[in-house]
Amino acid sequence: MNGKPAPAIACPLPLPDQGHITLAHGGGGTRMHDLLERVFLKRFRNELGDGQTDAATIAVGEGRLAFTTDSFVVDPPFFPGGDIGSLAVHGTVNDLAMAGAEPRYLSAAFILEEGFELARLEQVADSMQAAALAAGVQIVTGDTKVIERQRGGGIYINTAGIGVVRPGVALGPGAIQSGDRVIINGDLGRHGMAIMTMRAGFDVDTPIESDSAALWPEVKALLDAGIAVHCLRDLTRGGLASALNELSASSGRAIHIAEDRVPVLPAVRGVCEILGFDPLHVANEGRFAAIVAPEDAARAVAILSALHPDAPAADIGAVTDAAERRVTLESVIGVTRVLDMLSGEQLPRIC
Amino acid sequence: MKYMDEYRDRDAILRLAEAIRRTVTRPHAIMEICGGQTHAIVRFGLDQLLPDEVTLVHGPGCPVCVTPVEMIDKAIALAAMPDVILCTFGDMMRVPGSEHDLLGIKARGGDVRFVYSPLDAVKVAEENPGRQVVFFGIGFETTAPANALAVKTAAARQLRNFSMLVSLVLVPPAMEAILSAERCAVNGFLGPGHVCTIMGSEEYEPIARKYRVPIVISGFEPLDLLLGIHMCVKQLEAGRCDVENQYARSVARAGNAAARALLQEVFEISPQQWRGLGPIPASGMRLSEAYRDFDAEGRFELAGVVARESEECISGEILQGLKKPCDCPAFGTRCTPDRPLGAPMVSSEGACSAYHRYRPALAPAQTGECA
Amino acid sequence: MCLAVPGEILEITEEDPLARQAKVSFGGLVKPVSLALLPEACAGEYVLVHAGVAISVVDAEEAEKTLEYLREIDELNELEDGASP
Repeated sequence: MNGKPAPAIACPLPLPDQGHITLAHGGGGTRMHDLLERVFLKRFRNELGDGQTDAATIAVGEGRLAFTTDSFVVDPPFFPGGDIGSLAVHGTVNDLAMAGAEPRYLSAAFILEEGFELARLEQVADSMQAAALAAGVQIVTGDTKVIERQRGGGIYINTAGIGVVRPGVALGPGAIQSGDRVIINGDLGRHGMAIMTMRAGFDVDTPIESDSAALWPEVKALLDAGIAVHCLRDLTRGGLASALNELSASSGRAIHIAEDRVPVLPAVRGVCEILGFDPLHVANEGRFAAIVAPEDAARAVAILSALHPDAPAADIGAVTDAAERRVTLESVIGVTRVLDMLSGEQLPRIC
Repeated sequence: MKYMDEYRDRDAILRLAEAIRRTVTRPHAIMEICGGQTHAIVRFGLDQLLPDEVTLVHGPGCPVCVTPVEMIDKAIALAAMPDVILCTFGDMMRVPGSEHDLLGIKARGGDVRFVYSPLDAVKVAEENPGRQVVFFGIGFETTAPANALAVKTAAARQLRNFSMLVSLVLVPPAMEAILSAERCAVNGFLGPGHVCTIMGSEEYEPIARKYRVPIVISGFEPLDLLLGIHMCVKQLEAGRCDVENQYARSVARAGNAAARALLQEVFEISPQQWRGLGPIPASGMRLSEAYRDFDAEGRFELAGVVARESEECISGEILQGLKKPCDCPAFGTRCTPDRPLGAPMVSSEGACSAYHRYRPALAPAQTGECA
Repeated sequence: MCLAVPGEILEITEEDPLARQAKVSFGGLVKPVSLALLPEACAGEYVLVHAGVAISVVDAEEAEKTLEYLREIDELNELEDGASP
């Protein structure tokens, strides 16, 4: 190599949005990962925050605290099965739970557009209060800002949370071992499709209810029962496929799952077929994957299923020794293919 | 779901694959015309069940992929106009034009909305009487009637603020272009089932006769596709070249009379540019005289739009079935679904995207056969 | 091209030809769909829906024939298995 720029074949590429943020950067897929690497991790990376886990855990005296933050911009702010308020509590307490931490304290910061109705703000606050009570956390500090009207009266919420990690619990991709089972705590795709069907132009008579829920009770039940949980990951943006790809990459191991073991409600499948979505790429707000030791898998499924019998948990696959560190899926007709991460924003396809 | 699940039965699929193996005695290249079929083949891994003698070649039936870059540039120019709301299907949003895509224009303040149906765009026009609403109406014969219905509905409701940027294409002329090319390597076709629900299977009879090629109109579920392949292989082995209808539960020989009449009323046949294939005579549709007022190209000043294609992208050869996605030196490296060079990588039913999504192990440029 | 999904017509909600509309169920998800292209489709029938518009009625008898064809292939497979040890 002589240091000269490569010939035109390598570059420049017709990058449509090189200089601007697009919705694809927020989709939880490869674009967002590139953005995190290029802008944030390059500058902020340290031994506590490496971008690989949902919450940072910090040693304090004898114990460990988990610390996390998340912002909520869901449109529409009210949807079947929840609203931006309950979501803002669930999202953050779930990030703590995924670190094996019992959620304790939350902050809540509101950015309101002028024009937002006060009655709706009270509705959001009511639902946050109820969600916090149910999740066993206190909202202890907060902030409010009002900005000029933009898209016509919006609301955005940021929450940060602190939780206490149980002594002896150290969850993370590093603990994942070959042979571990992959358990999910219920059917997939409800939240993403609840939002999608609320969007203008896609009328439905029978709304799909979001799965939004606080996950600590389920995590606690697993830990209380002494299940050998190695890693937890919530299945939010980018869905199961993106979460498993992240775990595969950060643990350096392959994961293989069976498509027909992944539960999906018929109505969710109906919308997915209509819009051309793969339920494995759709966002959830009350679902997580638990990577557990194989001998505890059946017990873990039973414990999770007993907590909500209407949405039974499932053992969907295993961590394997395969040389290629990637996620594979046995399709419903029995053929194995690669399951990759969502790329860009998920857009309905018509054709 | 009824009429889906029974066509995904694992045992039946394996038995059918076995029947295909027993039928084949020599190599055959079969092109599935439709991108939706390509998507299903790769998603379910059907190609992996076929004997080595049967090669599937992916055809030009992805409307997003074949929409000319010039039309995308026009849509982008429209979306950048301050009083325009541009509506289109979701997967058009990421197709690269000469310099930008619609998502990029949206990021810079353009009002771009994806809709599920062209009729939803009419609703947007009714709800926004003070603004011009343009629907970017792309598609094959399957989608054309929905577009026609939108225009006719707008006309009936006297919506002066609705118009359509039309880029509609027809399958039979494209098949003829592929069959009359010098290097045509296709022995048989899986015909486009959903296109035929509208147009019927009869349109394909003259093509089968003229080019002596079997055409099996096929559905989109795994069993449909394997049955279509089985029927096509049987014809090839027997030296027959008929039009057969595997998808009779949805396709009648004469198609859908009401839909065809509507197309006749709202559109007329026109020459059409195909991305990757070039111009093909009488292969597109434009608004007929009676509905010309609804043509966005007449309503807005778009003459200044000049289009430029990526030079590296080999989508033309891919859409003609001359090359497979992994034959492209840029595949999976300089061209990915996140940073597409050409449309077959953008649309989720584009051949390149389908390969990239389900078979990334093949991604680096490999020599020789990539199956 | 052309993602189209079969759904069951639950009830016809509008009979005006250009605006003919029905409630259609896709695995329990119920959505309004234009029936303008299928003037004769009626409740209880399955239709193939593309871009919010029903484009054809699924013919139950023909659907059954396809599955029959599969059974014939099975018999043929068995027959050949019997013939060649």
